[in-house]
Amino acid sequence: MQTSTTRGVRFEPASDQSLLLYFGEEITLGTHRRVRRLLHLLEREPIADIRNLNPAYCSILISFDALKLDHTELEAILLGYIDRLDAVHLPEGRELQIPTCYGAEFGPDLNDVAALLGMTPAQVIELHASITYLVYFLGFVPGFAYLGELPEALATPRLDSPRLTTPPGSVAIAGNQTGVYPFATPGGWRIIGRTPIAMFRPDRKAMSFLSIGDRVRFIPISAARFAELDKA
Amino acid sequence: MSSLQVQAPGLQTTVQDLGRRGFGPLGVSPSGAADPISLRLGNRLVGNDEGAAGLEMMLLGGTFVFPEGAIVALMGSDFGATLDDVSLDLGTSAEVRPGQTIRLGPTNSGARCYLCVHGGISVKPFLGSASTDILSGLGGFEGRPLRKGDVVRIESSTEPFHRRTIAPAVSEHLSRRKILRVTAGPQADWFSESSLRSFYASTYRVGEQSNRMGLRLERELELGPEDKLEAATISQRGVSHMITEGVSLGAIQVPTGGSPIILFVEQQTTGGYPKIANVISADLHRVGQLRPRDEIRFEQVTFEAARSLLIEQEKLLSSKELILE
Repeated sequence: MQTSTTRGVRFEPASDQSLLLYFGEEITLGTHRRVRRLLHLLEREPIADIRNLNPAYCSILISFDALKLDHTELEAILLGYIDRLDAVHLPEGRELQIPTCYGAEFGPDLNDVAALLGMTPAQVIELHASITYLVYFLGFVPGFAYLGELPEALATPRLDSPRLTTPPGSVAIAGNQTGVYPFATPGGWRIIGRTPIAMFRPDRKAMSFLSIGDRVRFIPISAARFAELDKA
Repeated sequence: MSSLQVQAPGLQTTVQDLGRRGFGPLGVSPSGAADPISLRLGNRLVGNDEGAAGLEMMLLGGTFVFPEGAIVALMGSDFGATLDDVSLDLGTSAEVRPGQTIRLGPTNSGARCYLCVHGGISVKPFLGSASTDILSGLGGFEGRPLRKGDVVRIESSTEPFHRRTIAPAVSEHLSRRKILRVTAGPQADWFSESSLRSFYASTYRVGEQSNRMGLRLERELELGPEDKLEAATISQRGVSHMITEGVSLGAIQVPTGGSPIILFVEQQTTGGYPKIANVISADLHRVGQLRPRDEIRFEQVTFEAARSLLIEQEKLLSSKELILE
């Protein structure tokens, strides 16, 4: 099995039952749009024997029934979809807000982040809440949205050793990304705040609060407001 | 509707079927049985569809009372099971009379044993599957491993008891093996020749921290100076060069520290570490039977060979002679 590049995409077998399709090697809006377009097309016109899709920044991992298909056959089918991408009309992403209580017990790493960046905690909050982020994709665990791009001045490395657990709703940053932990999972991103919004609820019609392509702003709230919203 | 009562839960007993596929875009992992072949065969022994939900036990089994009775079968590893103190064999169906108790102990072989009941375990499905996702607390029985006192419902059964037994031919496929076969990972070329050689020549020990999300392997992969991986980890701002992407079941990722992790049934759906190799589909059920401290090695095969092995395995599993009536 060989890596092949055709029509601006690169295929790489990931396992005997999955194929990685790369639209590029850099995180750009153009690449993101192609990922979304192909995902949209594959969801609207599913290929028989495809079992799962894992979109990411520049790629989609496509899992298939290896008893029915092989990599080469799947690549040929996918190229037919790739040729039609320019004609795909994407639904407009929604504009959403994530009320966030920053610092103290809600954001245990806020002071460290500020110290690392040579800022005050207030400046970190202001900067984090100053821009609109794009949901590049959902991954890691149910409802976890990879949000970018973080302002350059806020770029920080991951924690040296990941936490064994993070409180659900924790708002965190790592590299040039930010995100919200939906569940009490292990995590290596630095936690600067927490939202009372449930990011993933199986009993809600839209289980995930965020969807790929949405635009998101973090709105600073007080601890009192957090408590109010948390009860609601 | 009949039921089973949990008198002792064991170490980690969860409701599992063959998992939920197709929800990667939501970040939802397939989950499902760690040794799906054992679950499928166990279901066939009790007259269920292969994909019915059963109980997956890990390392130490539980004690279960069946107030209304049931038709059951145990598959996978030998947990020293008894039915009211009489030894209960693996790989054969048995009739449990009302009020009888099945008791399992610590494993005598691999990591997992499956208890299948005629009718199947009944829980509210989440995204079309009964499988428990422990990390996010979704699916299965209240999204968690069973506890003492839980009452688990069993779909009503109508079939009269038939004794069914697994043919000896299948034992080859269920036997534990020290060597896992793999295909090259999507970032295999990030590793130097010497690292790859070392990866395939080394014996690894399954770490104590291993679970349904992943198996941590203990001998550190020695990375040479020419490995792109090392250059990547010291890139600007400490941000790895690797761009987060979807990860496949059985992917073997090598984090910065160098200890490989086999991503397993409850894996995260995307990840940012390079993958050196991937366990072939035909060997994934063996991963589900690995215990902490087991020693394993990896052997590379081509994608074509991996596919042939899977086709051969499925042929065996679907053969009529597999189950003796």
